[in-house]
Amino acid sequence: MIKRIFIFMMLALMAVVFFNLATNYTENTELSKLGHYYADNGPRELGAPNLVTAVVVTYRGLDTLGEVTVLFISAAGVGLLLRRTRRKEDDEDLEQGDREEETAGVHKPASEIVETATELLLPMVILFGIYVFLNGHLSPGGGFQGGAIIASGTMFLLLALPESHISRLMIAVIESLSGFSYVIVGVLGVVLAGGFLDNRIMDLGAYGTLFSAGAIPLIYVFVGLKVGFELSAVLDRFRKEDTGPL
Amino acid sequence: MSLLADFPISLIVLCSGLVLVLVGLWGMLTQRNMIRMIIGFSLTDTGIHMVMVSIGYVTGGTAPIINDAVPMADAVNRVVDPVPSALVLTAIVIGLGVTAVMLSFAVRIYKARGTLMIDECTESKG
Repeated sequence: MIKRIFIFMMLALMAVVFFNLATNYTENTELSKLGHYYADNGPRELGAPNLVTAVVVTYRGLDTLGEVTVLFISAAGVGLLLRRTRRKEDDEDLEQGDREEETAGVHKPASEIVETATELLLPMVILFGIYVFLNGHLSPGGGFQGGAIIASGTMFLLLALPESHISRLMIAVIESLSGFSYVIVGVLGVVLAGGFLDNRIMDLGAYGTLFSAGAIPLIYVFVGLKVGFELSAVLDRFRKEDTGPL
Repeated sequence: MSLLADFPISLIVLCSGLVLVLVGLWGMLTQRNMIRMIIGFSLTDTGIHMVMVSIGYVTGGTAPIINDAVPMADAVNRVVDPVPSALVLTAIVIGLGVTAVMLSFAVRIYKARGTLMIDECTESKG
């Protein structure tokens, strides 16, 4: 009871703080200094019409590398926690019956409509993901969004055809290679241009076209592949634990 | 129109975000089911993203993408702050990673204990 009152008091205090924040809020009428600099110089310096991309990939590129690392660590953590090595005595508990039932339910084959729709739609979903991360410097989108769309394609595949096999080796190889290439591109920035992850290692190209903005599309391809396959691996892990043979 | 002047869109987003933070905190503190606590975390996370985006809003601003509607020379006066947007982009991905790890812990605990109730997991080892 004391605990409940304490929780209620804490939430009430938070509400008071938030209420003050909201009532004293005034909308900005102009950009902050940093935002002003990015909006002013971003398109000219980096050749990227999408300012958020310019900030994420180049101005704050090191943070994005850290972000990709955090995502990698969490994917590795999920892989470690949901790994499939199970000792015999764990299986002898009461859940055994439930699990067999569950597995039997999942292994019911999908209907022909679902199968055909999957075959038809899956390439389009993947293609859309690739489109989103290739155009990340021109339009709303980018590596993370495109990667998430590719992972949603994997989700779709796992839901529609639960028995489909995803090669873990392929995921590991593509993920490591793209992560490695991302860092290599960053280091090339130090050697050839102004600093780590500088996108001007390549010709900036014609402004507003697909192959422009220097290394930004290249970096976003690597980020997109890495995020897409990482999230696919996470989804695959969550499935395997439930339906895979023990 | 006058209503929009009294309650600009960013204030609405800010208030919704703050309410979501409170709901999420309430969920995390009062619920005993681990999945519900994770949902509470996700709500708080989303609320914080909304607060950050609303703070980056500039009156009358549009998405920070230079195109026909936003000429490069005039971009400074036409776009919202790209920095909070970039920060939220990062935060969403990190939040997703954290949620995935929490869910896999929940799966592990369920496998080991057969329950998702946090009250029944008092031993430190098992």
